[in-house]
Amino acid sequence: MKSYQFKPYNVGRWLIWSLFAIVLICAPLMFTSNLSGTMLAQMGIAIIACLSYNILLGQGGMLSFGHAVYTGLGSFVAIHALNSITAGTSQIPVSLLPLVGGFAGIGFAVLLGYVTTKKSGTPFAMITLGVAELVFAMSLMFSEFFGGEAGISGNRVAGPTVFGITYGPQIQIYYLIAIYTFICVALMYAFTQTPLGRILNAVRDNPERVEFIGYNTQRVRYFAFIIAGFFAGISGGLGALNFEIVTSEVVGAGRSGGYLLFTFLGGATFFFGPIIGGILMVLAFVLLSELTKAWLLYLGLLFLFMVMYAPGGIASLIMMNLRVAAFGKLKQIWVSYLGLFVTAFVALIGAGAMIEMVYHLQLNSALGNNLKFMGIVLNAKGVDSWFGSVFIMLTGLGLFEAMRRHFLIEWGDIQIEIEKEIKRREAA
Amino acid sequence: MEFFIISMLNGLSYGLLLFMLSSGLTLIFSMMGVLNFAHASFYMIGAYFGYTLTSLIGFWPALIIAPFLVGGCGVIFERLTLRKVHKFGHVPELLVTFGLSYIVYELVQLIWGRTAVEFTPPELLKGSAFTLINNATTGLQLIWGAAPAEMCSAADAAVRIVCSPFPATRAFMMFVALLMLLSLWLLLTKTRIGLVIQAALTHPETVEALGHNVPRVFMLVFGAGTGLAGLAGVIGGSTFVTEPAMAATVGSVIFVVVVVGGMGSLSGAFLASVLIGVIQTFAIAFDYSFVSVAKDLGFQLSSNLQNNSFLKLTVSQVAPILPYLFLVLILIFRPKGLLGTREG
Repeated sequence: MKSYQFKPYNVGRWLIWSLFAIVLICAPLMFTSNLSGTMLAQMGIAIIACLSYNILLGQGGMLSFGHAVYTGLGSFVAIHALNSITAGTSQIPVSLLPLVGGFAGIGFAVLLGYVTTKKSGTPFAMITLGVAELVFAMSLMFSEFFGGEAGISGNRVAGPTVFGITYGPQIQIYYLIAIYTFICVALMYAFTQTPLGRILNAVRDNPERVEFIGYNTQRVRYFAFIIAGFFAGISGGLGALNFEIVTSEVVGAGRSGGYLLFTFLGGATFFFGPIIGGILMVLAFVLLSELTKAWLLYLGLLFLFMVMYAPGGIASLIMMNLRVAAFGKLKQIWVSYLGLFVTAFVALIGAGAMIEMVYHLQLNSALGNNLKFMGIVLNAKGVDSWFGSVFIMLTGLGLFEAMRRHFLIEWGDIQIEIEKEIKRREAA
Repeated sequence: MEFFIISMLNGLSYGLLLFMLSSGLTLIFSMMGVLNFAHASFYMIGAYFGYTLTSLIGFWPALIIAPFLVGGCGVIFERLTLRKVHKFGHVPELLVTFGLSYIVYELVQLIWGRTAVEFTPPELLKGSAFTLINNATTGLQLIWGAAPAEMCSAADAAVRIVCSPFPATRAFMMFVALLMLLSLWLLLTKTRIGLVIQAALTHPETVEALGHNVPRVFMLVFGAGTGLAGLAGVIGGSTFVTEPAMAATVGSVIFVVVVVGGMGSLSGAFLASVLIGVIQTFAIAFDYSFVSVAKDLGFQLSSNLQNNSFLKLTVSQVAPILPYLFLVLILIFRPKGLLGTREG
């Protein structure tokens, strides 16, 4: 593989990281509305959380159902620290509060991770689930720390200001989050290059051999767990600053499931996958949930198909197509892609119309039988609407299946050609 | 005394319900290495199928048919998705079932609505199976069915009489679970298909070489396991509440059962489910906290200590976290689980 490397500088890497920084800086200048401002801030937080989760899932092969414990407890400790700043009992600057959350994350990861990382694989997943339930049940018990039903609220305009930055306006908190996001992403990338990060990959792939070369796999998992806890705590601390309220749902199973879902959708096998996942997470939670009531169903179905047909997530799809493009084969296949997308879209419209009609009957039947779906008025009790939807879906499905078979053949041919090309270049 | 007996029976019946669920889960796990995250979802489907079928054909036929329908769903799911990701390893298998639990949760809300449905047991099971009467003068007495009112109220106010009825649904639950345990044990040890299943647990390649269709055996075991969950769902749904959240309430507890009992050990699952059922039921019944116990023992606590939220917690408030605490303790002191043989 030829890379753009001019010693002593890795130009490609500099380019990507400066691009990332520019995107972080310019995003709020391009999307200026109030909603997009809060969404961008949440995206930064979600990116850190998903990347920290991927230290476990992608790099360590540890499927955790309880990552929200560490982000959530980080949030709680950070909001308590914020309130103590407001009360004047501590002197930490507000901009360092996420670090307080991070250290809380370390503390809880040291404590709980010791039990959790004793095992790997499926038992590990079950234990994280148990620990998550434990912490969530406790959050309803200790109302002093967790604030009970109402949660704990704070005010981020507290303590002495530096250069006139009060963190009152949303844009200031966004840039604080952006700075943290950049640093954390860089640090987590750096972690993948350290000896510990490398041995963690080995522990994921073949723990037995790692034991034979003299490493304690349990300790490697434990250290990785603590590091993931640190970054999770930072994201939790940022979340506390952003929302100024922390309720017990931040340690709940739903949140943990969300991290798992979106990290996987983004792609756990590539470092940048969870970044896509984090962005998708905010888009889904904020926009998709506004658009349709059935969004969790769509999400679950998407996840199921992703696990079955593209276990590497969106990131792996991107990388596969980049490879095809790098060998100049994309022009052979783009017609098939177009066909796939169009037929899949047709099938989805049919299925979506039916799901929306059932939801309408179930939830809004008081509003009458008519609902709007993609600009068309459907009658949820009308035969023609149902017949039309079924017809559209079946047509779409049939054509999609035909396109898919055609596409698979083409794709296989292209992969063979690429393999040949690589061999030819190696020989030359 | 009668409090102890009734609580014990309640605990046992809850534990046996947990076992109905965890037996299928353990069977599937020990066979395919798949921890079926959606197992509690199948339990929920069972309850809802039972509810719908009861309104159509009555409770008793529904009790038979619903588990088969749920088992059919399990077979279809295994055939269409689980078998496809089998080659990717155990984590994708777990993820597929995780995705399924989301889908089932949404589908149930889509079809049956977001609030609880009214799924009541038939007339036969509505009353009490027996009543314990503790008469201060004549002692403990057992009466089948509900006790007549005159036996529970004393003519003389000085005689203390306590009537503790035991619900018939609970008794029925115990009966079905024990029947199931027996038939499962007989099936696994005494029949030909049971021997094939047992052999496929440890030596799938050899069994395949002997001409048995191991993937189909897997599919049937998955169907049977989810069918058992469906059976538990019909009984549990009619005894407790049938609502979309019912999968989540029982789901994490059965994973605790499976880990505590030892991954893949059927007898361990039995022991752990009964233990957890009994512990949780007794804990809910006790209203003691450190503060109240200290008061009873005659210690004078400072007001600061008395208002400490940790010391003020009663045992019944702690009850929901007990299974998870149990899990953590077991993992520290006996990582194999109670009767497990292997460390995961």
